[in-house]
Amino acid sequence: MLKEHTSVIEVSGPLMVVEDVTGVAYAELVQVTTPAGEKRLGQVLEIRDDRAVIQLFEGTSGIDTKNTKVRFIGETMKISVSDEMMGRVFNGVGKPIDGLPEVIPEVRLDVNGKAINPFKRTYPAEFIQTGMSTIDINNTLIRGQKLPIFSGAGLPHNKLAAQIARQAVVRGKEEKFAVVFAAMGITNEEALFFRNEFERTGSLGNVVMFLNLANDPAIERIITPRIALTTAEYLAFEKDMQVLVILTDMTNYCEALREISAARSEVPGRRGYPGYMYTDLASLYERAGRIMGRKGSLTQMPILTMPDDDITHPIADLTGYITEGQFVLSRDMHRKGIYPPVDVLPSLSRLMKNGIGAGKTREDHANVSDQLYAAYANGRELRDLVAVIGKESLSELDRKYLDFADKFEAIFVKQSDGDNRSIEESLLIAWQLLSDIDASELKRIKKEFIEKYYKK
Amino acid sequence: MGKIVKIAGPVVVADGMKGSRMYDVVKVGDEKLIGEIIQLNKDRATIQVYEDTTGVKPGEAVISTGAPLSIELGPGLLTSIYDGIARPLPEISKIAGDFIPRGIEAFSLDRKKKYNFVSKVKAGDDVQEGQIIGTVKETDIIDHKIMMPIGVSGKVISVSEGNKTIEEPVLKVETKNGEVDVKMYQKWPVRVPRPYKEKLDPTIPLITGQRVFDTFFPIAKGGTAAIPGPFGAGKTVSQHQLAKWSDANVVVYVGCGERGNEMTEVLYEFPKLIDPKSGKPLMERTVLIANTSNMPVAAREASVYTGITIAEYFRDMGYDVALMADSTSRWAEAMREISSRLEEMPGEEGFPAYLSSRLAQFYERAGRIVTLDGENGSVSVIGAVSPPGGDFSEPVTQNTLRIVKVFWALDAPLAYRRHFPSVNWLTSYSLYVDKVKDYFDDIAKGFYSIRAKAMMMLQKEAELREIVQLVGPDALPEEDKLLLDTAKSLREDYLQQTAYHEVDTYCSIEKQHIMLKMILDFNDAALGAIDEGVKVSNIIKVPVKERIARMKYVKDIEKESSLITAETKEQIKKLVSEVVDLSAGGN
Repeated sequence: MLKEHTSVIEVSGPLMVVEDVTGVAYAELVQVTTPAGEKRLGQVLEIRDDRAVIQLFEGTSGIDTKNTKVRFIGETMKISVSDEMMGRVFNGVGKPIDGLPEVIPEVRLDVNGKAINPFKRTYPAEFIQTGMSTIDINNTLIRGQKLPIFSGAGLPHNKLAAQIARQAVVRGKEEKFAVVFAAMGITNEEALFFRNEFERTGSLGNVVMFLNLANDPAIERIITPRIALTTAEYLAFEKDMQVLVILTDMTNYCEALREISAARSEVPGRRGYPGYMYTDLASLYERAGRIMGRKGSLTQMPILTMPDDDITHPIADLTGYITEGQFVLSRDMHRKGIYPPVDVLPSLSRLMKNGIGAGKTREDHANVSDQLYAAYANGRELRDLVAVIGKESLSELDRKYLDFADKFEAIFVKQSDGDNRSIEESLLIAWQLLSDIDASELKRIKKEFIEKYYKK
Repeated sequence: MGKIVKIAGPVVVADGMKGSRMYDVVKVGDEKLIGEIIQLNKDRATIQVYEDTTGVKPGEAVISTGAPLSIELGPGLLTSIYDGIARPLPEISKIAGDFIPRGIEAFSLDRKKKYNFVSKVKAGDDVQEGQIIGTVKETDIIDHKIMMPIGVSGKVISVSEGNKTIEEPVLKVETKNGEVDVKMYQKWPVRVPRPYKEKLDPTIPLITGQRVFDTFFPIAKGGTAAIPGPFGAGKTVSQHQLAKWSDANVVVYVGCGERGNEMTEVLYEFPKLIDPKSGKPLMERTVLIANTSNMPVAAREASVYTGITIAEYFRDMGYDVALMADSTSRWAEAMREISSRLEEMPGEEGFPAYLSSRLAQFYERAGRIVTLDGENGSVSVIGAVSPPGGDFSEPVTQNTLRIVKVFWALDAPLAYRRHFPSVNWLTSYSLYVDKVKDYFDDIAKGFYSIRAKAMMMLQKEAELREIVQLVGPDALPEEDKLLLDTAKSLREDYLQQTAYHEVDTYCSIEKQHIMLKMILDFNDAALGAIDEGVKVSNIIKVPVKERIARMKYVKDIEKESSLITAETKEQIKKLVSEVVDLSAGGN
């Protein structure tokens, strides 16, 4: 029988301090019973002699320093996983909320996971076709990659994520796939949107949903992505599935992190976020990848809304330093009515070089992508110049670049919701646009490819 | 033996530790996690633990090993991949599978493998500390020189050559303190710089095969450089390129708090890459330290010291060693995290007040030196810096710039247009430019004078572009229009270099010289044509320009350059004659 303590001496924000405890382990799980009889989960954050600082996932309201009972469970946070979780909906700490019974566990796993030994990783190199030109050509998604969407309030990141989840295929392969969806502090409406999307496309049976909504306790959000990733790792590395994890919204997660840090009166880093936020985010994002000798893969697509669209904000900044690239959404493009409103220039996929080329996509892919970037950047720069000096004083070539930038946005980037382009179709459009520029200007492309694909 | 009283993340406090010394390594708790003492107060010790402390309880034991954090140095280092405290990751995966558990012990060096020891000394010889006593062919590229351990000198009693494991003695030496068995490996505390005779002025460039670095911002062997840049600017690709192609004998690559897949990429690519000089896989001269961002933060703090100690060890053999640290910002952040758990008074942006002295001490371990054995060796250090938001005014960048001599500033706008390496040629600098001048003049005569001319044109271009923003390009005189075009050519055809192109990934100094000369020769020819009345708008259309643009992809640059010279001459001449004809016809 586990001992119950009633020695809570301090409650502050999401934290409480318990006295006179012995044999408590760092990061151990705690069950707290409020005077009203409600049971909540917590975790040990610090132990000093016989005092333990505990972080409560479901908030501290209703906790007192007299009758609250604390029980140390003797193990760290674990989750029961099984492949029966597919098609189910859970709350932010992993309890079912779809009215169905608890999952019968196949195995219980520590939610913090363990670092993959870099020596045992397989370098991700399998091209995922998403059907969107700007992603497939310019910022190719690779199986096992962690590629976030940097968005802003009011931009269609959810629609984009859902479309990617729906259309993503590795061509020529028929494999078991799963989507693990972790919601952190998003509205019920947004959660419903994803649910309906999955239902509409008949993939709900392959989706595991963990929902911590806007009105759920903020601190619970610390645990939600860890539970989701533990489940995803199990499906990927034990059950050989190709798993896509959508984490939304990482901004809310970081806010929760800041809340705990503030409650512990830690020395804050930039903008009040804790100094260890990089390490903390890395402990989530690094759980993507592939492992030698295992068939499955874990691809991550975190979504974050940049406060004030500021890409240098600590949340976006630290994420960008950990993830293998980013899709940046642009308010300008969105205003122009372009969907997907991907701002191509700051977007990046660090792993694309090994997933493209002859035998994977097409021989000219890398060259075409580089050339599109260079030409579009050139055109964008000229737009600023034209605003001052007018189009007339531009050279003939500069005018071609200017036209190219417009067409690139309107024809290549923009595509309708249902438009699922193959990589060949995307390349065809790219060459049509590039062929408006003089061939001698296409310095990024090998001569043989120009001879083969340039439309004279 | 002490007892744990407090646990907060990677920091553990233990009582009953009287007699332990600062920086002694301790085994923490029932799982024997490895830690290091970083504060002592009476019998209470504060310990930073190199592993995750989940599950550790107050009351568990802390045992001191009585020695500071040390690593093993000897045959077997090359081609290895270690964690931050020099535990071999392949060995860990053999013991524990695909994920990294805690409390694992593994020797850095293979105890079973046999190396053929060839002695350079014989019985009766006097041997000094640091003296090279023999060699082992460790890989096809590198002869591992076996040195007398520091602090051991005396007269050789016997030598034992032939195939041996590193545990078997190769020399018996009579010292002041009696007989000592000398083995092929030694231990060294990572936080202590290894001794040398004297430091030399760095005057030999570290050739990197990357045009923007070698031509404009060279680093010397034994020098220090920083590569700061926002995410996506190409820090890691640059570091990888330097690790691949720089003409060091040995490369130590420290992945400090970065992505797991990047280390995997090195492991996957390097064995396939062939060293242009020796024709052997580049992996054979490389040592990797991988402490990825999700591995314990205290070990991240130690990883740069582990790396530089290994680098110094190879330097002491008389080799030129290059150390890449990616990223020093993560190291600084690890310091910050530990510092804040110690509740120290923070300095700027929460970093500890000793940030700048730690950075300085680390970079000061670089240098070109005379070894204890009288040979020349060097350690060059190239540190990536990851400034938050790409803002170079933050403490890590600023404190690094106060020490390093080369500044390669990476730039987001250049990266956005896929101009790689995205080194900003206006803000970057190298203080070695004058020191290595003689060396360059020796291998490529005249290179330095055209280099200066090219740099001047790039600076002039920046000024002209400001004018163009206001009045448009048409308003410029023809000479300036030409300068804009030549500068564009310098940027696109010279400075841009494709890491993933089989030829362009490495560019020799000779090729750099020829390429630069071709671009400037064309400029001179065009200037002559302008004097004859040819319009720049016509000059930039000549077919040879495309040839110049593509010369970076050409293997046989000698042949290509004579073609370019001939075509330039012919095509410019044709333009001039057309103008002359026209004016003659007009009369």
